Amino acid sequence: MIAAHLPALQVVVPLISAPLCLLLRRPGAAWTVALAVSWFALAVALSLLIEVSIGGPVSYPIGDWAAPWGIEYRVDQVGALVLVIVTAIGAVVMPFAGASVAHEIASDRAYLFYTMYLLCLTGLLGIAITGDVFNLFVFLEISSLSSYVLISMGQDRRALTAAYNYLVMGTVGATFYVIGVGMMYMMTGTLNMADLATRLPAVADTRTILMALAFLTVGLSLKLALFPLHTWLPNAYTYAPSVVTAFLAATATKVAVYAFIRVYFTVFGEVDLFEIAPMVPILMVLALAGMFVGSAVAIFQNNLKRMLAYSSIAQIGYMVLGLSFASVTGLAGGIIHLFNHALMKSALFLALGCVVLRLGTVHIDGLRGLGRRMPLTMAAFVVGGLSLIGVPLTVGFISKWYLVQAALEKGWWPIAGLIVLSSLLAVIYVWRVVEIAYFRPAPEGSAAVEEAPIFMLAPTWIMAGASIYFGIDATATLEVARGAAEFLIKGAP
Amino acid sequence: MTASSAFPPALVLILGGLLLPLLRGYARGIAALALPLLTMWLVWQLPDGVSLSARFLEYRLELVEADALGRLFAIIFAIMAFAGALFALNQPRVAELAAGSVSAGCAIGIALAGDLITLFVFWEVMAVASIVIVWSRGTEESYRASMRYLQIHLLGGVLLMAGIVAQVADTGTIAFTAMTPGTPGTWLILAGFLINAGAPPLSVWLPDAYPEASYSGTVFLSAFTTKAAVYVLLRGFPGVEVLIYVGLYMMLYGIIYALLENDMRRILAYSIVNQVGFMVTGIGIGTEMALNGAAAHAFTHIIYKALLLMSAGSVLYMTGKRKCSDLGGLFQSMPITTLCGIVGALSISSFPLTSGFISKSMISQGAADERLLIPWFLLAAGSAGVFLHAGIKFPWFVFFQKDSGLRPPDPPLNMRLAMVLFSILCIGLGIWPEPLYALLPYPVEYAPYSVPHVVNMLQLLLFSGLAFFIMLPLMERTLTITLDIDWFYRTVGKRVFGGAATLTSNLLRGFETAVRYWVGALIAFTFRQAGPQGVLARTGAVGSMVTWVVVLLGVYLLLYFV
Repeated sequence: MIAAHLPALQVVVPLISAPLCLLLRRPGAAWTVALAVSWFALAVALSLLIEVSIGGPVSYPIGDWAAPWGIEYRVDQVGALVLVIVTAIGAVVMPFAGASVAHEIASDRAYLFYTMYLLCLTGLLGIAITGDVFNLFVFLEISSLSSYVLISMGQDRRALTAAYNYLVMGTVGATFYVIGVGMMYMMTGTLNMADLATRLPAVADTRTILMALAFLTVGLSLKLALFPLHTWLPNAYTYAPSVVTAFLAATATKVAVYAFIRVYFTVFGEVDLFEIAPMVPILMVLALAGMFVGSAVAIFQNNLKRMLAYSSIAQIGYMVLGLSFASVTGLAGGIIHLFNHALMKSALFLALGCVVLRLGTVHIDGLRGLGRRMPLTMAAFVVGGLSLIGVPLTVGFISKWYLVQAALEKGWWPIAGLIVLSSLLAVIYVWRVVEIAYFRPAPEGSAAVEEAPIFMLAPTWIMAGASIYFGIDATATLEVARGAAEFLIKGAP
Repeated sequence: MTASSAFPPALVLILGGLLLPLLRGYARGIAALALPLLTMWLVWQLPDGVSLSARFLEYRLELVEADALGRLFAIIFAIMAFAGALFALNQPRVAELAAGSVSAGCAIGIALAGDLITLFVFWEVMAVASIVIVWSRGTEESYRASMRYLQIHLLGGVLLMAGIVAQVADTGTIAFTAMTPGTPGTWLILAGFLINAGAPPLSVWLPDAYPEASYSGTVFLSAFTTKAAVYVLLRGFPGVEVLIYVGLYMMLYGIIYALLENDMRRILAYSIVNQVGFMVTGIGIGTEMALNGAAAHAFTHIIYKALLLMSAGSVLYMTGKRKCSDLGGLFQSMPITTLCGIVGALSISSFPLTSGFISKSMISQGAADERLLIPWFLLAAGSAGVFLHAGIKFPWFVFFQKDSGLRPPDPPLNMRLAMVLFSILCIGLGIWPEPLYALLPYPVEYAPYSVPHVVNMLQLLLFSGLAFFIMLPLMERTLTITLDIDWFYRTVGKRVFGGAATLTSNLLRGFETAVRYWVGALIAFTFRQAGPQGVLARTGAVGSMVTWVVVLLGVYLLLYFV
């Protein structure tokens, strides 16, 4: 009975517990609610993933209004994987949040943090689960609005400008998206994704649909921070509270990438997009530019959160590069990197959260000798860093291997070379931190620093451990990613 | 990951090594000695073929695959790990012992790896462990040397990885089998292997880094990296002709620079390049005799080179001095070290009744069987050269020569035991080579102790010994031996070798200057664009962001409608 309603519960439970947090007001109580909801959502997402892997896509009409008139929730393998990523990150980050929020956010506003976190979770899960393009817009706005608030809670006053800039850009992006949706509705009269997929081929050659595609692409590129529309991201990640950065870096852009995949491979799945429009070259050039520019800028950053933010831009480049191959291997590479990057980036940002708790700074000079003073935290950082580089036995290697194979499969040697070359840039910025933390003595007269508390270390290490575990045993994740890619590509001729 | 039967022997040393720092006192010593023995036992138990495999991506990793060749190397690596740990027992820096154990484990992992990905993983971890060994001496110089080592091996690792990816894309399999260079993939793999073997043009990493490790660290380093490279060449590129020339070059390079050198451990480090040159030549010849010879030579070389470095390490440990010109006359107070050093020196010179004789002569025999006249001559000349630099020069200047006035006693018991153990192995294998021959990959029909072999070798050694002592008065006039042998090098060596070396080094220097210039320019350019003030790192202005949005939308629309 309950099992049939899992898709609804996935979204509704976080949604109704958000106002609950608002009413509870006490930070401890709000935290408990958020924690319980996060773990519940993870359990739901996992059971959905299992259900989908065995029985194929699940469709759930909201309020029993049949699609395409009513809103349909539709879970397939990609969607279920993204649900698991988002909820798993939430479930792991929440225990961490207790101490970190208490340290970085005033206690009379902490309940607002949990409220907003739950709303953001609702939005992100909604995007991944809905089968309706307009409903997707609604969830996009829910997650965006709540993340503006979350970012503005940062200690630094610059967090306000960062959140404001993000708000402007995010709104532009969402507006572009909804303009695209409107144009499609004008031509087809439907908002249901599956329905759109069957009706679009008939009108695919019209200027309106091409225009819609352009708007959708630019709008979503903004949300996923594809170069050169990434400029809102560094400040937002840098000045947001540590927990928020860790959560958003691992989920928000990933979900936007998911929406991108949805639009390209499901909504426009029956249209041979890569024939009617020069998608491949544009996306590929922007992805490659993002990979190099992001990494190059990261090398010269002294604020480590900012450095990782730029590294995220580079990593998003890898994902989009995978999609732009429009082949099963490439798409699977993009999807697997989506999962893998969520693991490693959250490990890295959580480690920085521990550093902020103890040192109050993430400036690279402040980390001198930290390898000895906070050995577990820095070791987790190194694991995440190795994964960013793509060292074998880490998840990064799996992603890069797949992307390189996808490039070689098409005979695009130079692209394969560029993928490898850009990972060498990651060596440089990761090594800078390693050298400072392990090979430089602690500054004279600095206060003693103890290791972060277990509630923060454990989540950090769960993520770091996962980025090793799924680097060694990638069978399960690859199966899902490959299955998802095959499912998505099959529609396209 | 699905595991089948056995526990991988390599992991015993790797995981055990990582746990060593947690133990204290006797427990640590016992564990350090027990781990290699346990590993050896596990290796011995391995049946032929794949005994442990796992799924990775869509491939099957053959984590443990044993055959005669792999087992031979795994066993000698385990023996070496034992003796190295015994020698390093009183080393206060536990990081070194741990890293030594890890690098031994990785070498064993390489020897038992059945596929390229497993190989690559162990290969890279070994590089990191070696860096830690160098670095753990704790001096500024060793830190810098370890960073230079890191750069070279990072390059080697990238070449190897790129080669593996290309090879897998070409063949669709990750199996590690014999290859012939021809495709970009195989060339890259060969290049990656050769960098670790100390081949030109990057041979310099080896004598640069090894002597900067501690007295016991160099012993570990000498055994694993280069010999693992010899193993992968044996398995991956047997009979590839270019290796003959690479090997001969390494052989001569090692001799010339060892003769010029004054630091006793750097002499021995150059001599590693030289000895690996013999093995690489043997691999290049590629007959069963030559491959057997290369494998056997790697086995015996690990033992006697470790022995030589142990005796040099003991001298360093007891006196704190490393330059030949500061040492001398130590035989009076360090009899055991002297004796063991001489046994090592005789072995490396292939003196009959020592282990070097029974292995190196097989490589020469391989060249003779194939009627490779010039390589055969050069191998003979190389043997004489080895006797000059390692066989006589090292013991003579360190233990005899003038009296430096130093009277240190022999080193502590564990160090003496390690040296005696390896001395016994050197002589034992020299007298009874059959057990070693039985382990070789191909059946051995070779009797080292025939009259012509022995007479040949003795003649060679006697005349080169004579040459050394004739020139000795010349050397003894000044303490800066470099100058004297420099003279020797300039007149004799330069004609055959120096010209090529100068040319290569000039070319490399020119190349390096150009690379430096362009890299500098590239970094400056990147910094201007991507640095904190650069245009790419600017954030904030909403106007510019929205401009980009409009530009991008315009580009899309333009391209769609064209």
